Amino acid sequence: MQQQLIRDLVMESAEALDQFERDLLALETNQQDSDLLNRIFRIIHSLKGTSGCLALHKLEKLAHAGENVLSLLREGRLDPSKELVSTLLRFSDGLRKTLAEVGETGAEGTIEHAALIGELVAIEQGSTRMPPAAAGSAGLFSDEDPLFQQATPGPTSETAAAPEPGTVADSAIRVDVGQLDRIMDLVGELVLARNQIVRFAGNTQDAELIKPTQRLNLITSKLQENIMKTRMQPIGNVWAKFPRLVRDLSLELGKQVALSMEGAETELDRTILEAIKDPLTHLVRNAIDHGLETPEARRAVGKPLEGQVKLRALHEGGQVIIQVSDDGAGIDREKVLRKAVQRNLVAADEASRLSDREVFGLLFQPGFSTADQVTNLSGRGVGMDVVKRNIERVGGAVDVQSDPGRSTRIRIKIPLTLAIVPALIVRCAGNRYAIPQASLVELVRIGEDQVGTLIEYVEQCPVYRLRGNLLPLVHLRAQLRLEGSDSSGAVFLLVLQAEGRQFGLVVDEILDTEEIVVKPLGRELKGLAVYAGATIMGDGRVALILDVMGIARRVGLLNEHSASLRDAFLQDAKSSVASGRQSLLIVGVGGGKQAAIPLASVARLEEFACSHVERAGTSDVVQYRGEIMPLVDVVQALGGAAPESDSARRVVVYALDGRNFGLVVEHIVDILECEVKLHRTANQPGILGSAVVQKRVTDFLDVAALVAQSGVASFEKAEVEQL
Amino acid sequence: MSQRKQFCTFYLDARLFGVEVLKIQEVLRYQEITEVPLAPAVIRGLLNLRGSIVATLDLRRRFGMPPLEDGTLPTNVVAQTSSGLISLLADRIGDVVEVDEESFEASPETLEGESRELIEGVYKLPSGLLLVLNVERALDLEAAPHA
Repeated sequence: MQQQLIRDLVMESAEALDQFERDLLALETNQQDSDLLNRIFRIIHSLKGTSGCLALHKLEKLAHAGENVLSLLREGRLDPSKELVSTLLRFSDGLRKTLAEVGETGAEGTIEHAALIGELVAIEQGSTRMPPAAAGSAGLFSDEDPLFQQATPGPTSETAAAPEPGTVADSAIRVDVGQLDRIMDLVGELVLARNQIVRFAGNTQDAELIKPTQRLNLITSKLQENIMKTRMQPIGNVWAKFPRLVRDLSLELGKQVALSMEGAETELDRTILEAIKDPLTHLVRNAIDHGLETPEARRAVGKPLEGQVKLRALHEGGQVIIQVSDDGAGIDREKVLRKAVQRNLVAADEASRLSDREVFGLLFQPGFSTADQVTNLSGRGVGMDVVKRNIERVGGAVDVQSDPGRSTRIRIKIPLTLAIVPALIVRCAGNRYAIPQASLVELVRIGEDQVGTLIEYVEQCPVYRLRGNLLPLVHLRAQLRLEGSDSSGAVFLLVLQAEGRQFGLVVDEILDTEEIVVKPLGRELKGLAVYAGATIMGDGRVALILDVMGIARRVGLLNEHSASLRDAFLQDAKSSVASGRQSLLIVGVGGGKQAAIPLASVARLEEFACSHVERAGTSDVVQYRGEIMPLVDVVQALGGAAPESDSARRVVVYALDGRNFGLVVEHIVDILECEVKLHRTANQPGILGSAVVQKRVTDFLDVAALVAQSGVASFEKAEVEQL
Repeated sequence: MSQRKQFCTFYLDARLFGVEVLKIQEVLRYQEITEVPLAPAVIRGLLNLRGSIVATLDLRRRFGMPPLEDGTLPTNVVAQTSSGLISLLADRIGDVVEVDEESFEASPETLEGESRELIEGVYKLPSGLLLVLNVERALDLEAAPHA
């Protein structure tokens, strides 16, 4: 009985102290709130009472010292200064430490908290020479203690007596997590049995079987859904400790930080929540320690002294996105590269060729740290790689975006739950395989007569042209070394996404989509990275679940340093220009010259009356589909004349990095598909090279360079700044 | 009074093997299994044991014996190991035999290679020898033949 009460005390106190800290921090900004003061007082008061009942005297003594100070605070005889709040937070830490000990051993340990108690007493005595406050509250307790012993065994009565408005304290119960997990397992089994029965019933005409089967189907789905919900917890539970963390860190580092949180109610499966807790903490620490500048540095560049750290969570397509962003100095590409070269993570000659994405990817390499000074908080070179590993372990992905001098944004994408996932079932060489829908982008069927022509080869590597871009193909049959020959009849391409890279997986047949229960593989098969686990299908047989990331790694698609294979597939204009047949838009660029733009990136062709062209900053812009689209005059950029002021602008709407740009050209010549052999020509910015297209020399535009050169890119970035 | 133990026995060709009965969960007739491409050859595949997924270890391959030729289907002997369940494929199942500890002897020193690792020792039964299979070691696939 005693042990049970102690366990309850430890568990509930942990929550109560979370609340206590939150309220203390709120008090710092909102000093006159008597509700807050009362709640803070009550939490400690209650803790003291209960620990006294349970003969936890050290805890009681510490709580008593704190309570006396809080009592003064409540009566308005002390102000909640920064120092006082700090002391009270340490007081909370002290309580937690002893509570943790009690939780582990069932008894109080050796920690005395003498210094802390002394400090609290000093504050109390410093503020008043009159003892009545302390004596008064002690008297109150001596009255109340016996009552506690008789009537109220747990500390709940105190907190439940005055519930926060809107809490569900009365209608909620505590459930052991292990119990929930067992229920979850059983529901998994039920789903499988349901699948089997549904399949069986599908083969009969017996109405007496079909009807209850449909009901069973429905009820099982509902049950599954609801059980999943019981395992869901708002991400706010993890975020709750961040205000304290941010406060402590900012004081320690002498930085001013405002933390804002959005989407705290977003729910996640608790196992996932558990897995991302530490990575998130690390990212928030990083944002403050590395991301934000000191107030002096911020003043020097004209930023507000107070740095912003934003946490944001939202649902997106069956997944949860979590962002940690700051408006600090951003990531210095050159600095990252220097470090990477120094640590042999990347070859010096390779460094300049890497995209920003790849450069920031280096941050996640083991043994990397950009901090010039190693602090005890972060920058020890362990961290980002662990962050990435932990997130990937639960099927998530992480990426970094940075705008040098302005901001850094880290984006985590994770699945809602791990236990039951929707999957596509495919067949290859007679076996069935399940592929999680989360990594599936689209499906392409290639007919029997087209297999020979539509699947092309770069050396030995098969590729497919997906809307003009080359998609590397992976034959599942070959990867798994399955028996039987390829190319017997039609095939299907599953366009899959792994860490932002796409590839096509070739399979024989697509069967169905199904909710599958993921089961781990035994120790004997753990080493096979191409499988994420196994599942049991409706007919009772086992099917393997493919690990999309594992396959991508196996074929070298995610290997950051094996440039050879991937470079052949890089989906930007440069490589597709260099490789064979192309769909091209041919435009006139003045002076009788013509130029080519890869059709794949062309969104639309438009014509705007000159009256629609407006100015924003230094750029010409037009209003286009509810957004402001900057114009880049290709004719002028290539040294041609400015357009006549009253003529209509012919514009190629070009999608670059997810934004539209309008390329102003003289006229549209043609759209054609042809073999391209690119010659590098004199180094003219904005031109990749030239080729002979339909007997005319045609320049190939380097749109990214043209956009950068025109300066509209920075205008764009400013606009995207709002997260 | 000497210690007595019970062994679940099974055959590979004419050889009689045994695993302590307490370690055996159940014996199943041949089940359909799902093969696992890229897995070590001794792992024949996965089977569904009432909702649990269990790997199947081909003992003939593990001992370097040729596959069954006449097309008879092997039997699954499902054993508990430190890392969960494993199904051992045997030619056919034998009886549960009770043995006397005193009839135990270590494998002869002349036993070589793979078998020496996999056989813990021998019980001398009136009808012949009972070879004690070390299941944990059989699962140690580092040492298994990859052919």
